[in-house]
Amino acid sequence: MALDGPKQDFKYIGTRPDRPDGWDKVTGKARFGADFSMPGMLHGAILRSPHAHAKIIKIDATKALALKGVKAVVTRADFPEGLEGEDWNIQENVMAGEKALYDGHAVAAVAATSQLIARDALKLIEVEYEVLPHVTDVDKAMAEDAPVIREGAADYSVPEGMHPNVVRYMESGRGDLEKGFAEADLVIEESFTTEAAHQGYIEPHACVANLGADGKGDLWCCTQGHWFVRQMCTAVLGLEATQLRVTPSEIGGGFGGKTTVFIDPVALALSRKAGRPVKLVMSRSEVLRATGPTASASMDIKMGMTKEGKITAASGTFRMQGGAFPGAPVDVTTMLAFANYDIEHVHHVGYDVMTNRPKQAAYRAPGAPMGAFATESVLDELCRGLGLDPIETRLKNAVKEGTPATFGPKFPPVGLIETLEEARAHPNYSVKLGPNQGRGVASGYWMNWGGETSASVAIGDDGSVQVSIGTVDIGGSRASMALMAAEAFGIPYENVRVSIADTGSLGINEPTHGSRATFASGLAIIEASREATRKLCQRAADKWGIDADAVTWEDGCAKPSGPNAGEFDPLTIAEIAAEMGSTGGPISGHHESTPDGFGGSFGTHVVDVEVDPETGRTTILRYLVVQDAGKAIHPAYVEGQFQGGAVQGIGWTLNEEYIYGEDGRLQNPIFLDYRVPVASDLPMIDTVIVEVPNPGHPYGVRGVGETGITPPLPAIANAVRDAIGVRMKKLPLTPPRVLAAIKARD
Amino acid sequence: MSKIHVTTKVNGDEVEYLCEPRETLLDCLRDHLDLTGAKEGCGTGDCGACSVTMDGRLVCSCLVLGAEAQGKEIATIEGMAEDGALHPLQRKFIEHAALQCGICTPGILVAAKSLLEKNPDPTETEMRYWLAGNLCRCTGYDKIIRAVMDAAAEMREAS
Repeated sequence: MALDGPKQDFKYIGTRPDRPDGWDKVTGKARFGADFSMPGMLHGAILRSPHAHAKIIKIDATKALALKGVKAVVTRADFPEGLEGEDWNIQENVMAGEKALYDGHAVAAVAATSQLIARDALKLIEVEYEVLPHVTDVDKAMAEDAPVIREGAADYSVPEGMHPNVVRYMESGRGDLEKGFAEADLVIEESFTTEAAHQGYIEPHACVANLGADGKGDLWCCTQGHWFVRQMCTAVLGLEATQLRVTPSEIGGGFGGKTTVFIDPVALALSRKAGRPVKLVMSRSEVLRATGPTASASMDIKMGMTKEGKITAASGTFRMQGGAFPGAPVDVTTMLAFANYDIEHVHHVGYDVMTNRPKQAAYRAPGAPMGAFATESVLDELCRGLGLDPIETRLKNAVKEGTPATFGPKFPPVGLIETLEEARAHPNYSVKLGPNQGRGVASGYWMNWGGETSASVAIGDDGSVQVSIGTVDIGGSRASMALMAAEAFGIPYENVRVSIADTGSLGINEPTHGSRATFASGLAIIEASREATRKLCQRAADKWGIDADAVTWEDGCAKPSGPNAGEFDPLTIAEIAAEMGSTGGPISGHHESTPDGFGGSFGTHVVDVEVDPETGRTTILRYLVVQDAGKAIHPAYVEGQFQGGAVQGIGWTLNEEYIYGEDGRLQNPIFLDYRVPVASDLPMIDTVIVEVPNPGHPYGVRGVGETGITPPLPAIANAVRDAIGVRMKKLPLTPPRVLAAIKARD
Repeated sequence: MSKIHVTTKVNGDEVEYLCEPRETLLDCLRDHLDLTGAKEGCGTGDCGACSVTMDGRLVCSCLVLGAEAQGKEIATIEGMAEDGALHPLQRKFIEHAALQCGICTPGILVAAKSLLEKNPDPTETEMRYWLAGNLCRCTGYDKIIRAVMDAAAEMREAS
């Protein structure tokens, strides 16, 4: 697409107006997934496997069906056979077939006249299992004697002789590692592990499904991407995709975890069988046991550096498990592990491994934080070993426009150097530290995404603008969309309405994922607005009896230009709109594309911690996020993304982990035990927005949602290293682990 | 099983409902009274998304039985704006961009209002500990704390 370069002077962009949906969200009126109901609606509940790995011998629902109020029971027998690839994976994950593959795997579901009856009925379903040996650890799952999750799941990439649980293998790099390491004055080699974390959205998955025997249906659900939901549900159920209309509710957080389906196809199957609408809402423990946490990782890193601080070579081996299906994001981990730096000799190896855990889903910059934890920790050790400043050293190696990335292509304009310089200049970087305190620095990257996008704008008869987009608003994006439309039309922000269209009302849109919504829907809105203003100019030209080329659009008005300049009074959008019906009908604009000019976003974090030597507890004293936004459309929500990402990273580093018992069952499936950060754990999160415009967007936007969770893991680990003098190589840094490290040191 | 007849007051209105003995106050508010502003985030009293007050005391409505509301006064997020005007906390939450997805917002607003009624001039630390029972996964709490501090200052000035 031809773009005339990012715009630089703005009237509305960069301001901080109230979000359009603010009133609804603070008064309790906003309708989230579980807030929707229908007349005649039944309530569903799902029976889940208590075993990590078991053959399902028999399911007997006779007693459940005899319970008063029970209207339908579904099992895998109610789903079509013969699916392949990811369609089969999703079907197998939403309802187990021959085997239950993890603790919490769905085996049957009930629809009844109340939720209490549905839950009672679950207890009456008799399932006969043959319990099988299980494995939940990535390294153990690759060992020779590990139980096989499923034969034949590996793809072509896996070399012969590997365990069947290794389902994808990847290798990439360039240069000559041996030569690179020989040039180094210091080489460090270490191994690291990270545990699985959950996105922890506060809203459990919820939906209402209404599917007729004629194969036509409606689904209301909380999702990041309703066209994805439509495709997945119809594939899993053997329906014609466009016969299902999916309407997204307000969404109570997702962070990647709501880009796929877990309960929606089950609710549709129950509805089809019962002939009535069915509502399904997950409990918190169902969310933790049976949705899509991150992969866990085991990694070996080797890096070499000269005494001047130049990285000479780097290699990494990354083993990740993503549950009982292929799909751990190890491809992204290998791609981004060393992406911050200009390294001549670099090599990556990745293993995607299956275990008896739930099927992983995307979680904010999927795959990136684990790799960054390992590589930025080793970089910190190199700086320490050579007596170098961590920011100066990063500046010496930082990528910039034209640098060949460790994953291949040359970087377009990027802002890593700017984030490092801002971090160095920030007062937090020079605060004097006390005893048991330490400072850590780390940088991180997310490449961002474009994706299929379709958006429309329509002029109201009062001159307001109605924007229809297909990317759900998960963090205030309606405000950003309205700002971009206001800027493009030159009309006040308050005169723009933004709505999220259902799958029957707009072309296909990928989810709000990959930090793409403000970039891609924003670009589409700007282009659609330009189309609409061209039509508005035409109406003015017709009225004035001049050529449309002699009319320009400026500050919300059509104005005669060139030889006609000043000859007619400008016509406002409201004046043209008022006459639309008699001058040619409604005026709208539309744009659809798969924009590929998404610019990646770099960030640098600086954190100070204090470690209690008696308990091993780590307290965050101050935290700084510096990140490149390209152009911050609504700076308050950009800061919010920075802060939220950092705090999720803090949780992943200090508290959060999936703890499996010897029996393969998840031991911490409630928020009391899966402990996400609370207000009293944290200080204010300081932010600096860097703006290196993205040439691929008319206003210079880069996605900002995901980068922020990548640096916290290593930044905090580096700060703890600074405080206690010990390198922690296993996340999370729980008090017992840190205390043990302190004791071993002494 | 026979249902229990409950008469209670919600946001100043007399209401009645029939509930199962094991239904929670949250279930009753949402399913019997159509007040869906309070959310179920965990059902175990750990997330605070279902926060309401009962006779002026802040509670997780998922940990209160519907039958326990008999004769009590319940206040929910739906009753916070009065006469079409937002409460200062609600205004400040919008102004400070103190919400992203907004699912935790009703519970946090109810909890923050309860704090300011007890202590009109809390320190940042007091606020952080009072709100430690309300999980927010989007914001990192920074803008929430700033919004509550700003609302508290405005309310002190007005009183």
